[in-house]
Amino acid sequence: MKGWRELTIGAIIPEAGNAASYNTGSWRAFRPQWIEENCIQCLFCWIYCPDSAVNVKDGKRGEFDYDHCKGCGICAMECPGKKGKKAIVMVEEGT
Amino acid sequence: MGKKLAVTGNQAVATAMKQINPDVCAAYPITPQTEIMQRFASFVSDGEVDTELITVESEHSAMSACIGAAAAGGRVMTATSSQGLALMWEMLYIASGMRLPIVMPVVNRALSAPINIHGDHSDSMGARDSGWIQLYSENAQEAYDNVIQAVRIGEHENVRLPVMVCMDGFIISHSIESMEFLPDEVVKEFVGEYKPLYSLLDVDNPVTYGPLVLPDYYMEFKRQQHEAMGNVKEVVLEVAKEFEKVSGRSYGLFEEYRLDDAEVIIVILNSAAGTAKDVVDQYRDKGVKVGLLKPRLFRPFPYKEVAEALSGAKVVAVLDRADSFGGFGPVYMEVASALTTNGARPLMLNRIYGLGGRDFMPEHAETVIEELKRVLDSGKIEKQKDYLGVRE
Repeated sequence: MKGWRELTIGAIIPEAGNAASYNTGSWRAFRPQWIEENCIQCLFCWIYCPDSAVNVKDGKRGEFDYDHCKGCGICAMECPGKKGKKAIVMVEEGT
Repeated sequence: MGKKLAVTGNQAVATAMKQINPDVCAAYPITPQTEIMQRFASFVSDGEVDTELITVESEHSAMSACIGAAAAGGRVMTATSSQGLALMWEMLYIASGMRLPIVMPVVNRALSAPINIHGDHSDSMGARDSGWIQLYSENAQEAYDNVIQAVRIGEHENVRLPVMVCMDGFIISHSIESMEFLPDEVVKEFVGEYKPLYSLLDVDNPVTYGPLVLPDYYMEFKRQQHEAMGNVKEVVLEVAKEFEKVSGRSYGLFEEYRLDDAEVIIVILNSAAGTAKDVVDQYRDKGVKVGLLKPRLFRPFPYKEVAEALSGAKVVAVLDRADSFGGFGPVYMEVASALTTNGARPLMLNRIYGLGGRDFMPEHAETVIEELKRVLDSGKIEKQKDYLGVRE
């Protein structure tokens, strides 16, 4: 933990993208589960995620980044799925 | 040298703002401040300044606009009074907490209820814990000089805090007196170019202003604000020294008036200090060892220096133009703290005067000095806190 002399004045954060270094996954009560066979790679989940919890590589999503997913459920809500089957479902943590 | 002109206090302050030529000003009218921003708006329309003037829908919005513009990297000013300052309340703390050196003339006016538009210090004294530096001005000349110096004080790298420059509503803001202006280019050079520390418009170095800070870090940022306030005294004196070079007028943390060998002392700030000084002179002529201390820098309060200046006193009367109902007046509380924490223990009394713009007359100062003399002789105080000029 930094002391007051080491901190930037006024609580200003002088570097961009530092949310990546702040793990907020422990806030989660529900966990999004990715069901790859129902995924059409539309990347709506990546666009809608308010944090950075959807990992995308070479234009395709992979597994969730659970260190940053707070379980808000927006991705599951927006997911169009395939033939009426969702590619993201929310399951209660600990079940 | 600059021009000598007869102007109102508001005109003096508006002219200082014109000469400072800030990047952004937010404006919302409130008596008795209105004339400042009204005159400044004319400077904007006449092309005499480069300022972006934002007319807003309330003082809360005025301070919000100032905060945004200052975070964006601008030199920013606004002005207010009374209820307007009260409405800015939560934003005041955000300006200081984000360490934005906004400069704001405050034309002191009483707070409602009952509604009243005249001068007392209830507004700015209520904001004394908001993390803003506060400078008080006796007259138009001091208000003008303080506004120019405030820019340098607030923006100093060891400070980075917003500054209020206070003067009395109507008594100073609307009465005309002769004062000396500095030439435009002297003010321009004195305030210099503003270099923001962190600017939201600097896209190559992106920053975040205003993040959530929880119990694990909040206190560290408050401790930083205390540190910055601790640096202010030195900066005020340094800026005053430079200001004296260009203006010939000297300023300190407070004014000491006939304090040498004084046994009884009046502490009083802003316009009423002028009246009281005249009466001090009359009593000095009669051989009474009376002096006066007029605070200029009220936040941070120069406890040690005030205690030293009052160390020879046997009785001190602190006069407040604001009340703390159920407590002592705000200036009294600071002077008492200064004296007790530095070991001096003169007898002290607190007199509340001039609320809602009631005139402070020479006879009020006489009443106080007569009482100081009585206490000096008897060693006894009848009433620690009392009111001057109130009908029973």
